[in-house]
Amino acid sequence: MKFRLGKPKNMGDTTFDGGVNLFLILVLLITFIPIWYAVIVSLTPLELTKSQGYNLFLPPTQWSLEAYRQLLGQDSFLNALLMSCLITGSGVAIDMILTTLTAYALTFKDLPGRNIFLTLIIFTFLFNAGLIPTYLMVKNLNLLNTIPAVILPGAISVYNLLVMKTFFQNLPSSLRESAIVDGANEVQVLWHIILPLSRPILLTIGLFYAVGHWNDFFQPILYLSDPNLMPLPVLLRNILLASSMNDYVEQNALFAAPQDALKMAAVILTMLPMLFIYPWIQRYFTKGVLLGGVKE
Amino acid sequence: MRTEVIPPLVSKAETRQSVGRTSRLLRRIWRYRMVYLMLLPGIIYFALFRYGPLYLAQIAFKDFQPVLGVEASPWIGFQNFLTFFHSYYFAQLLANTLIISSAKLVFGIPPAIILALALSEARFLPLARLTQTVTYLPHFLSWVVVFGVLLGLLSPDNGLINQAVVKAGSQPIDFLTNPAWFRAIIVSSDIWKEAGWGAIIYLAALLSIDPSQYEAAALDGASRLQRIWYISLPNIKDVIVLVTILRLGTILDAGFAQIFVLYSLPVYSVGDVIDTWVYREGILNFQFGLATAVGLFKGAIGLVLIVVANRVAKRFAGSGLY
Repeated sequence: MKFRLGKPKNMGDTTFDGGVNLFLILVLLITFIPIWYAVIVSLTPLELTKSQGYNLFLPPTQWSLEAYRQLLGQDSFLNALLMSCLITGSGVAIDMILTTLTAYALTFKDLPGRNIFLTLIIFTFLFNAGLIPTYLMVKNLNLLNTIPAVILPGAISVYNLLVMKTFFQNLPSSLRESAIVDGANEVQVLWHIILPLSRPILLTIGLFYAVGHWNDFFQPILYLSDPNLMPLPVLLRNILLASSMNDYVEQNALFAAPQDALKMAAVILTMLPMLFIYPWIQRYFTKGVLLGGVKE
Repeated sequence: MRTEVIPPLVSKAETRQSVGRTSRLLRRIWRYRMVYLMLLPGIIYFALFRYGPLYLAQIAFKDFQPVLGVEASPWIGFQNFLTFFHSYYFAQLLANTLIISSAKLVFGIPPAIILALALSEARFLPLARLTQTVTYLPHFLSWVVVFGVLLGLLSPDNGLINQAVVKAGSQPIDFLTNPAWFRAIIVSSDIWKEAGWGAIIYLAALLSIDPSQYEAAALDGASRLQRIWYISLPNIKDVIVLVTILRLGTILDAGFAQIFVLYSLPVYSVGDVIDTWVYREGILNFQFGLATAVGLFKGAIGLVLIVVANRVAKRFAGSGLY
């Protein structure tokens, strides 16, 4: 195993290393234990809560998946999951199409009016009209209580737009020029040449948009009133605030799994998709800041 | 018959020039017609969802009645703004917003820096990488999920922390609904969620410091702590200043999503911030004009703050946001 910074030089160094490692373990525990506790609570069987309550540790032999079974057996959870997938899927698609087209179009320095467009766009980054006017706009477009209302108002992030534009501008212009000479139009250049080369940035920004949509609970609360349209975070919030779980479970909740276990199971289920794509997130977001290099 | 020759306004040479310039412009526009086509969806988006609302924002200056619509509602100038400034909740909202925001700044940045320092000084890489991976995760969770985790920890009934409190002999504490605890919960849960992500920028800066500086200091007999204080920290000073200044620029955003999910009526007095008030008054109580006015007020101050923050950052830290 290679150690960064070389081997420890003396006693002081070793003590310091010990201190650093202790600190890191402490941080690890502080971050991890709350999540761990939620997992344990979700796995605690009903009989145990009556006798012991909830603890930090539970031997795996006593784990009970009843809470999960209850939640997944009922329509509301699966429906919310479907809505989340729908919103995230179509949201990312629309966001990426809009952002990529606009970013690429703005890389043409000779484009008449380009500076005006850029100024107008950057202005919206610094000053926006606020919550109410945007809400009224969506209302006037008759989009209230529809999925587009959740996706469209925030479709383009100006920050992502500028990042993408910079990336496109840094690609060699000879690529485009030789394609034009071969008879391609601008759209074909974008589709066949620029985009394949931009895979890293497209994946990064796409992931960014996806995480935003998946986690968003406020836009749905604001624009949607139909409970069947609510995505997972909104359902989770309702579950966490509920005093009785009967609406959310398959059978009468009181007799199958403890209420807290059900709530924590809902939390863990909502968290799972993010955990699944986390390795990809790490790969594209840390971009080498992850400690892996060796410095001697 | 003698005909008068009317001298043209522009000389023949100039006419040819200006017509040339115009037709060149038109030709350029035509040449870029595909690019304009690509730009069109974006233009429609910005027009509808960024500038359309700006037009509708005029209701801040009107007595907006939905029956009459935006144009026909009567004009009342700055009355909405004055109503807000004279109301008793103006001071409370401003205080809560600034206090919570500053607390997040003051108590949030040092942990990120310390974590970055620990990660960069770590010799045992597997532990460092594991810590980095785990602390990085909460940033990607929804605040609703974090709310759930917090409930597990803080709930007066079975929360982990309250279990310890009760075992120690005291009464369970209602962390989330107690005004004395709410701000502390907001700030500390924000640190829990964001410290790992915030550490990245400092870590990147730390890893780019020339190792020879450390070697020279080691040769001179500097201890690890001394090397951190005299080399690591000064080298990332610019990054720290940059982050601080830019966060000051957005100080009026106290974290709406988090507060919205975690707050409740008992803690409005300490937790209600400008954005949460605008949502309640505007959407739930239909005070469209008043809430828009407050939103515009916040946006205008925010604009000034960001522009100033950016200029200051460029002068003192070398670079800004844009």
